[in-house]
Amino acid sequence: MTFETILFYVLALAGIVSALLVITRRNPMHAALFLIVNFVALAGIYLTLHAQFVAITQVLVYAGAIMVLVLFVIMLLNLQNEQDLFEKRSWRSYSGPILSLLLLALLLRTVAFVSGGSFDRISPESERIGTVANIGQQLFTAFVFPFEMASLLLLAAMVGAVILAKKRFP
Amino acid sequence: MDVLDIAIALIKIVVMFVVVLLTVAELVYTERKISAWIQNRVGPNRVGWLGLLQPYADVVKLLLKEDIVPAAANRFIHTLAPVISIGVAFSTLAVIPIAGPTITLFGRTVHMVIADVNVGILYVLALTSMGVYGLTLSGWASNNKYSLLGGLRSAAQMISYELSMGLSLIGVIMITGSLQLTDIVHHQHGWMWNLVLQPVGFITFLVASFAETNRAPFDLPEAEPELVGGYHTEYSSFKFALFFLAEYANMITSSAVITTLYLGGWQVPYLETFGLSDGWMVLVQILAFMLKVAFLLFFFQWVRWSVPRFRYDQLMNLGWKVMLPLAIANIVLTGALLLFL
Repeated sequence: MTFETILFYVLALAGIVSALLVITRRNPMHAALFLIVNFVALAGIYLTLHAQFVAITQVLVYAGAIMVLVLFVIMLLNLQNEQDLFEKRSWRSYSGPILSLLLLALLLRTVAFVSGGSFDRISPESERIGTVANIGQQLFTAFVFPFEMASLLLLAAMVGAVILAKKRFP
Repeated sequence: MDVLDIAIALIKIVVMFVVVLLTVAELVYTERKISAWIQNRVGPNRVGWLGLLQPYADVVKLLLKEDIVPAAANRFIHTLAPVISIGVAFSTLAVIPIAGPTITLFGRTVHMVIADVNVGILYVLALTSMGVYGLTLSGWASNNKYSLLGGLRSAAQMISYELSMGLSLIGVIMITGSLQLTDIVHHQHGWMWNLVLQPVGFITFLVASFAETNRAPFDLPEAEPELVGGYHTEYSSFKFALFFLAEYANMITSSAVITTLYLGGWQVPYLETFGLSDGWMVLVQILAFMLKVAFLLFFFQWVRWSVPRFRYDQLMNLGWKVMLPLAIANIVLTGALLLFL
């Protein structure tokens, strides 16, 4: 077993355990903190796959920015009666597990289809693919249209946020 | 990768750690002395020669105090928060190069940087964004309204200024064409420091650094007149000392990052004309690096005791309506200059 394989198992274990803790903790603050741990473990797995840019973006955007907003909301709402959230049975509480099971089946199917059972070796190509230079090159040549579309979408969301946050229209 | 490599890496980490800890101690001393001079006082002068041992006396005092955790506080997160703060402050230093040439130890070439990652700048930004958690969580876990207000303020402030920080860095990245910090320093050869090439970016980055380190005039998370002590109101003893340490370690880290990105890092102009051997070069460059960092640290303290604190709305206005447009204008200008020159 190489060093990378050990690292993978450690990180995968951390990711799975923290993910389980996210959905079992009653305190929303603890759940959010374990979600951060999960994101960092995922970033570590990306690093073992030589995808430095994706790993850093994972920490920078998800663990660093989005989760701060999540914590912010939890802190401001100051949920006193979080028990009530678990008592309610709506269509949401049934559709969630079903959709997750479907997603799991899809992922298992994909993994079985691609690797045929072996996953402990990394393609030598990956060292070239994961670099920032290569990602930038691809984004601005082959994938420039989807990239610009995504930026337009973000712009629309930003304009919407500004309009919603405005107190009154002039 | 064998035992010797790991040993060398460990030695580098320990040396960096000890140097930063000792610097923090003396920073507390210089902070008190500089504030005293600026306010026409004498400052600490009793413990040791010229009061130089005062910070150590302070540390002992803090450690001997009782550790009080509020009854309604979340104990685990209350303890975790200062650990996050200090961990983030120290980890950033791993990617800072402190000298150019390599030296040979035990038959190995040793680079003067702990980890030379090829996404260096992004690593720094990612860790900075994790730093918010220390303050925010401490504010929430204390179960005190002043602490919570301080924690919320710090989160809002750091997210706002992270944007202009990241955007002002893009100018440097465009000039260098690399995210690796060693490349960025190599590119600032001679007098071609990024300070000269990127004056606007330097100013926006410097202001954002002040906001990220929560130093005056941006120390709203711990504004005494309104928030008692802000996020660390409910902290005492060793945990308070950790927050104190984290604040000063953060100052050292930002000074080191600013030096690396804008002040040429370890570059000393015309040094190669003297024909020194690699060992001496390393020594001179480390000294130069430390001098630049020391100047920035002095600057941080000088500003703190000269400029009054912003009001909260002024802080947000400055961040979003002045710093962000300036940083974006800087990117456009840099791009145009790179294209047409």
